[in-house]
Amino acid sequence: MPADSQTPSAGTRPLDGVDHEPGSAKPDPILVASNIKRTFGGLVAVDVDHVEVQRGLITALIGPNGAGKTTFFNLLTCFDQPDEGEWSFNGKSLHKMSASKVAQSGMIRTFQLTKVLSKLTVIENMRVGAGGQSGERLWKAMFPAFWRSEEKANTEKADALLERFLLIKKREDFAGSLSGGQRKLLEMSRALMADPELVMLDEPMAGVNPALKQSLLGHVKSLRDEGRTVLFVEHDMDMVRDISDWVIVMAQGQIVAEGPPDSVMGDQRVIDAYLGAHHDADLTFEEEEKILAEAEAELEVLASERLGGQATQEGERNE
Amino acid sequence: MDFPNLLSLSLQQAFGPTAIIYCLAAIGLNVHFGYTGLLNFGQAAFMMVAGYSFVSVATIWDINLWLGLPLALVMTILLALLLGVPTLRLRADYLAIVTIAAAEVIRQTISAASFSETFGGQDGVTGFIQPFRDLNPYSEPFKIGGVEWSAYDFWVMNVGWALVALCCLIVWMLMRSPWGRVLKSIREDEDAVRSLGKNVYAFKMQSLIIGGMFGALAGIMTALRSASIGPSFFATDVTFFAYTVLLIGGAARVLGPVAGSIIFWFLISALGIFFSQATSGSDPLIPDSIMTQTQASLMRFIFLGLGLMLLMIFRPQGIFGDRRELAIDAR
Repeated sequence: MPADSQTPSAGTRPLDGVDHEPGSAKPDPILVASNIKRTFGGLVAVDVDHVEVQRGLITALIGPNGAGKTTFFNLLTCFDQPDEGEWSFNGKSLHKMSASKVAQSGMIRTFQLTKVLSKLTVIENMRVGAGGQSGERLWKAMFPAFWRSEEKANTEKADALLERFLLIKKREDFAGSLSGGQRKLLEMSRALMADPELVMLDEPMAGVNPALKQSLLGHVKSLRDEGRTVLFVEHDMDMVRDISDWVIVMAQGQIVAEGPPDSVMGDQRVIDAYLGAHHDADLTFEEEEKILAEAEAELEVLASERLGGQATQEGERNE
Repeated sequence: MDFPNLLSLSLQQAFGPTAIIYCLAAIGLNVHFGYTGLLNFGQAAFMMVAGYSFVSVATIWDINLWLGLPLALVMTILLALLLGVPTLRLRADYLAIVTIAAAEVIRQTISAASFSETFGGQDGVTGFIQPFRDLNPYSEPFKIGGVEWSAYDFWVMNVGWALVALCCLIVWMLMRSPWGRVLKSIREDEDAVRSLGKNVYAFKMQSLIIGGMFGALAGIMTALRSASIGPSFFATDVTFFAYTVLLIGGAARVLGPVAGSIIFWFLISALGIFFSQATSGSDPLIPDSIMTQTQASLMRFIFLGLGLMLLMIFRPQGIFGDRRELAIDAR
């Protein structure tokens, strides 16, 4: 399609030749994970064979509630350790790495339940986000001469980001006084303070009013336009269709489908995952009868148990 | 009722050596609890380890008393590492449990009969104070507006309040820096800080050590004030009094512990003297049928508890706290 080459975000182009199959290889993956398994007791929360995330695009990780998206997210960012598996960012293995090291290497995440630092002002929240500050070393901290210029540069950067994310009016307010949507914006802009290559957003739209959702979507797109890779978790399919270049679908801990949004939305496996395998089959007369009969049998059992219970109680009373 | 006497004795306590000790201990807790959110219930352990290390150089090895200072600081760091390494990766409550237990373990060990040769058992250690006494420039008791301190107490106060000022300055310098900002962020949300690429564990450890060092100064001041050191100076209630001091002044405020300890010791001695005077003499204000003198000596703690409750209800942020910060928690 020649029209495609004229769109500013020729986003889907790099993945044109990629298979629409779970675990397909991408031409330039920034994040690669294989055989990731995480169990909680007997429950297998995540069991992913292979997945790759293409650099410079917006990839959505979707799936119904309880599919293991957030758990997988925690594993990738080392906030949780998998039972087994190997995963790498920019070719560097992240196995057994601490969450802070992962963040330092350029992969910064946000949280489903936003984690703003309530009793710090918005601008202080932003300043914390900047990486590699020499003023954070204990020996230099006491003497502002070591960090004053750095702090000034960070503040300018923070102000620019606050301007862009429309939070500049809240600059001196406590972060705890922000609304839910503003917190999402603050968290996203704070993540940008460290100039991450890969931004991982855990349900950026959860609990945000529809008006703000549009602007949030715009902000997520702008991340891609400035050359960052975005991986985000969402369970609302409509949001995903609008902004993502590639969609990975999880269900019951596994990746069941992959592809550009339009093809994924029509995929039978995805529909099954969201709505159950037999959601569209009509009930036949026989089946209806069978279910009714089962229910009645159950009721009878219950009724007889209750009668029996009463009888024993009376028996006890007579004694 | 002799009110001028009550006032002058209470002021004597409020600015006296004991208030300084609790102020220093509370400055340490302020770094731990107020700024970093670490629940250290064993500040007495830091005081005790530092106090005993400080004096034992002189009493056990018979070397210069002042060489005890570096030893005390080294021992404090070791204690902080010992407490922090296993617990700081875990949830906040683990540190609380470990510290409160460690404080008791150390106190019982030091007072054990088997170590009475070195640590003096329950009686503690004495006979190390001469080098400090020799430095005392005062020979007359110090009087100001009816309040009087002995020459030695006044010398201890000079050193002590200077230390408090220095500690407050250090805390202020640290907490306005990016380092202090990370500590405050850890108090608010550890995971958020981790997600921004900060090594939370290392910052918490640094905080535990720094706060422990302020506690160590409190322990050393204890030894200097009493010219002796014993396990009874470091019972569990020391830590809780220090917390009270911190909360009265307002947590996460540089001068909170200073105001807190002055107010705390003023109130506790004023209440004590009031009830002791009200029940003594041939015709006491409060007759024996209501309260005897032994019972009255406990009244100050009852009223202090009541006062704390009222403080928590009507001014939970303490004297210097900011009400807006608490409103955020209530959302």
